[in-house]
Amino acid sequence: MLQVSTTIALAALSIAAALCIVRMARGGSLPDRVVALDSLLVIVVIGLAVLAARTGESLYLDIMVVASLLGFTGTTLVSTFVERRGAR
Amino acid sequence: MIEVLASILILAGAGLALIAAIGLQRFGDVFARMHVATKPASLGMALALTGAVLAMAGVGHTTKLILVILFQYLTAPISAHLIGRATFRAGTEMHPDTNFDELASRIKPRPRQSN
Repeated sequence: MLQVSTTIALAALSIAAALCIVRMARGGSLPDRVVALDSLLVIVVIGLAVLAARTGESLYLDIMVVASLLGFTGTTLVSTFVERRGAR
Repeated sequence: MIEVLASILILAGAGLALIAAIGLQRFGDVFARMHVATKPASLGMALALTGAVLAMAGVGHTTKLILVILFQYLTAPISAHLIGRATFRAGTEMHPDTNFDELASRIKPRPRQSN
């Protein structure tokens, strides 16, 4: 049961990550890329949670904590950069 | 029984993430894209991580997962606010279908730099 549902969830998350990468490449402006990067990191953290539920490995949980912390720091840094330099 | 519940929660979280990624492609404006991208950042992640809590037994695992959920709920609004403010002040143009810009009379977007 859990094997089937996590397989479907991982497939959906892969498609979502690919769409985020497409938006990052096409861009539009710098904030577009930042938003896409932010949601890509959210997708990675959700995928790590799905993998942890599938395999029962506790190693993925530590990576999740670090990834969510780093994502906030990166987004904050880039947004101060955008505010100072303008969106291009 | 608990496995079924965990599966439903995990599938709901992954589905929300997929909907947000489709929205990132379909919407035509930074602010609209931000509107759709910040939904799975809080709700989708909380659903998927609650599913993982149900699937994995153990106090240590549960504590780490709840820590991630709490931290995400603390920081997701802050980072979304920061990006939105920076985007508006940088003078990013909005979609042509935008009807109202209530902030425009209160906050002047910074003029574009020439370099």
